[in-house]
Amino acid sequence: MLRNVLRLYNSLPVGCCPLITSQTQTRRLLECRRTYSSATSERKKFYQDVSISQGEGGVFEINLDRRKLKTPGGKLFTVPNEALATAVATEWDVQRDTLKFYAMHMTTLCNTALDNPTQRNKDQMIEASLKYLETDTICYRVEEPPGLVQLQKNEWDPVMDWIEKRYNVVIGSSSNIMGPTIPEETKDTFRQHLASYNFWALTGLEYVITQLKSVILSFGLIDQHLTVEKAVQLSRLEEEFQIHHWGNVEWAHEYDLQELRSRTAAGTLFVHLSSESATMKRKLLQDLEFPLPRKPTIKTPLLSKHSHH
Amino acid sequence: MSVSFTVAPLRACRDILKELRAVKGPGYQRSPAYRYVMDQFRHNRITSEKLCRSQQDLLHRASSYLCLLQSTRLHLSLHAEYHGEGSTREKGLGDVARMVGLALPTQPGGKGWE
Repeated sequence: MLRNVLRLYNSLPVGCCPLITSQTQTRRLLECRRTYSSATSERKKFYQDVSISQGEGGVFEINLDRRKLKTPGGKLFTVPNEALATAVATEWDVQRDTLKFYAMHMTTLCNTALDNPTQRNKDQMIEASLKYLETDTICYRVEEPPGLVQLQKNEWDPVMDWIEKRYNVVIGSSSNIMGPTIPEETKDTFRQHLASYNFWALTGLEYVITQLKSVILSFGLIDQHLTVEKAVQLSRLEEEFQIHHWGNVEWAHEYDLQELRSRTAAGTLFVHLSSESATMKRKLLQDLEFPLPRKPTIKTPLLSKHSHH
Repeated sequence: MSVSFTVAPLRACRDILKELRAVKGPGYQRSPAYRYVMDQFRHNRITSEKLCRSQQDLLHRASSYLCLLQSTRLHLSLHAEYHGEGSTREKGLGDVARMVGLALPTQPGGKGWE
């Protein structure tokens, strides 16, 4: 029994299993594995049309032909606003013949936010995100070759200055293997700032941080100081330096670049669209000064009212 | 303003629509994404924003979405070329070697055991 459990533990995707301590947890893990394993393999496209509809409580659902999309955990797939629903629907709509789940990043992020397979709350996610600050890419400087040292100084220092000024914190960089010591006040400031994000936005932000391997670059991206392309380039600075020197290998470098860009772009868009309710309120207040004929939010003929199936 | 991109709103909109057309085909104007993107850009133009903040928001989101569409398309085409069906196993050993810039050795004397 224990050997089977260990075999299951080893085959689950990374980050999906806490320590096994009870039978109910084992059962939950088995269910988790059954549902998530189907999400990684390729399936044939089994639908023709993709549409969006509004359900109970103002949430949006995705319809594949007449069936409602569900998460791998079995829950009904719902998103809080139309923009996110549109992005997810587009991902499903552009699939041909086989469904390439590894390229459907918005869907994956929504699934993670809805299912919460790692069963964490907001505080745990904030701590996990801030943990990356201790090994932040921007903080780690090399001492040689001199070309790379200069490149890091020219490209990373401005971002460091920007974040220290914007959040009024001290971070600093270091070239020894232990890295910089981050003062506790800095972490508290960031902790407070992150607490203002909702759970969905935090899911997206943590995703961006794990992709870029940098909290500072992720903040720069979310605060719109950097574009996705620029943030990715800064994250891969050393690789870019080596590519410049030794040449670009398309099946590795280009492939990794495009994959990183697509994941980071999806994460950024996810954070911005998940925080959209705040922006909508601000825009509504502005519209009161310039009253416009308000268009109803749903007006496509493909939309249907919520109905049980 | 510390925004570091220079893409004009019109160009961002046009590029997104180009991507949608590339990835969806001829029916792309009927897609929800097309409608949403046009709505966003039109609405933002009509309201004379006192703060340029929402325009910056829209531009940044548009730029992110454009990057998402482009990079996903390129990632998938690279995947099909180097990791997909018929890209390695069905090819001969010589073709695969050439893919990574190598060539099979030529032995003028033939292999020792032939």
